[in-house]
Order: sequence, then C-alpha cells, then structure tokens
Amino acid sequence: MTLRQQILILHLANPDLDAETVAWAFYDGAAGADALQMQSGDQDAAPYRSVLDAMRDGWFVLQLPVLPKFMSGAEHETGHLPYEYVLEKRVAAYE
Amino acid sequence: MSEPVIDHRLTAVQMAEFVRDGYLMLDGFVPAELNAAVHADQQADIGYWDKSSAIHAVFDYPPVKGILNSLLGASPVYDHSALHVVGGGKREAQVWHADSIIDARPFAFDVQSMYFSHDVPKETGPTLILPGSHLRRVSNVSIGRYKNIVGQKQLSGRAGAIAFLHHGLWHCAQPNQIEATRYMFKLRLRPGEPQRGLFNTAGIDSPEIHSIINSFTHKWMGDEARAETVQRAKLWRYVCGDDNVDASFEGVLTRMGL
Repeated sequence: MTLRQQILILHLANPDLDAETVAWAFYDGAAGADALQMQSGDQDAAPYRSVLDAMRDGWFVLQLPVLPKFMSGAEHETGHLPYEYVLEKRVAAYE
Repeated sequence: MSEPVIDHRLTAVQMAEFVRDGYLMLDGFVPAELNAAVHADQQADIGYWDKSSAIHAVFDYPPVKGILNSLLGASPVYDHSALHVVGGGKREAQVWHADSIIDARPFAFDVQSMYFSHDVPKETGPTLILPGSHLRRVSNVSIGRYKNIVGQKQLSGRAGAIAFLHHGLWHCAQPNQIEATRYMFKLRLRPGEPQRGLFNTAGIDSPEIHSIINSFTHKWMGDEARAETVQRAKLWRYVCGDDNVDASFEGVLTRMGL
C-alpha cells in the first residue's frame, strides 16, 4: 500500500494543547493534482475543538510552536498567528 | 430658505468601529442609478477609473465623500485602482493576503474602498475579510497557508454595498458559484494630510467608545486580544488628534506612560 501524507494545521487561542481552535487548514497529499484542496473561507466550523481533540482522533503532532518572545519596546505588536500546530496522518493514496 | 447642511462625516462610534475592526461596510449605500451606470460600464469593459465617469460619480457622492474625508482628509491622494472580475463558476479562492508591502508608518493608513455595483450574495463570491487583522505585521501572502479563521466574514450585500478597509486588513477573493460574472471595484487612496481629528469627534472619550476600543469580540486573537487593544488605543489617540485620550485596556497607556 502506497502511503500519502495529510497535513492538518490548527491554530489555538493559547499554547495549551486543549485550547480552542481559532484557525485551521488542511492539505491532502493523497488527493490528485486536479482535486480541489481546502479553499480560503470554505468552512464555518473547525474540524476539531483543539489539538488534543484531533490527537484523540488519530492525528500525530509534527510541530509544536516555539513560544513567542516579547521584545522590549514592541511588547504589544502582533503578526502571524502564534500558536500553530502541524498534525499528520498517513493514508493510502486515493484510487 | 436654504437647505440644512448635512454632516456626512463619520461619528466617533463609527470611527471607533473602524479602529477596532479595520473596516466599515455600508450595505446598499450607493444609489441605484449610479450602480446601474457603473454595472453597465463594467459589463462593457470600461468600468475603470480612467474610463468611467460613473465610477467617479460614486466617489463624488457626498455620503461616500464624507466618509473618505473623515478617514483621509479633504484631499485624498490617488494610489491605484482595479476592477476585480470573477467569472461564473470559478471554484478556487484567492489565498489570504494583505495588500502592498509591510507598512512602516506607525499610525497613518491608506484606505481601500471596495464597491459592488450589483447584488453580491455569498454565492457570488464577495471578498472575504478577517475583521480586526489590520494592525498585524505580515508581508503580503505570508499568511497564505491559512485557510479558515474564526470570525472571517464575506462582504455580502445588496447593490451599492461599499466597504472602506484599512490597508492592512487581511482579505481574499472568493469562488463564484453562479453563472454571472461578479465585479468589485477597488480604489486605494492615501491620506492627504495627517489623519487627526478629521471625523465628528464629539464623544471620543465616552464609555461607549471605551467599550468598542477595549472589546474582545475577535475570538481568533486568543491570548493576543489584550495586546491588540493597546495598539487600537494608540491608533485611537492618533485619529482623535488628542494624545491624552486613553481608551486602552486597564488604562495602560496612562499607567505605563506609553
């Protein structure tokens, strides 16, 4: 059986792995080049309430975010979503 | 008897909502006859700033002009414009992005007007925005791997809908699930003067304003929501033209001497 990787990216409200999901993306390596991947704005509800919830459903965590450093003079500046978790499943390639 | 003078400037509440959310959306705001003229020009492929007098009439319409004057001053400077056309049946969305380049100005902002000459229900693919994202330092498509974010909002509305966006607001075009072409005219204007005290400043330090600037309505911000209120309070000081007004969370601007 040929395995392919599926990547689920969950952004949480804070670094607790049981914190609420605030953003999500899914990239499916098992789908063909012509398949429509997840698009910006195509879902209203997160697939999992938290990273811990996704782990219970068989997702393996590939990456935990490094906690942010708050530089003096820029303590209140923000940018990208900081608490980003990358999760993986390996599944059979689609027929 | 002379006509009463109508004040088309933004109120303090509207301006505070712009500072909190990074945009103002007015549904069905532009009159029907102007929308019809612009839509005809768009369908004839002449719906551009340099070709359509109807487009100019939209931005000369006093209530629209009053909003732009409140945000940018009496003489905004043209930056660029574009007619965004999404053909029927387009399945792919644009990736999340912020326009232009990282802006190094601490408080000054450009305004991107997004105007829809025809009805834009969700299925036609009106622009998707993330309310509250305008003060984040990101670089154009550096947010491109995000797909869905709690609180994302499509600019759905009736013909004549027009939104005024802070240049930093995250956004992306959406799929068009119907057959008809979807048009959106974008006009980016720069400030023509320091953006201080340009709106109707009555009530800038009221409890209602404090609750808007301090609100934690954007759930996607999570732990960073408090930090965002500090940035908002600084921007509020700037647009008010009053360096003493303090609508920050727990009054930290005053407490920390910021």
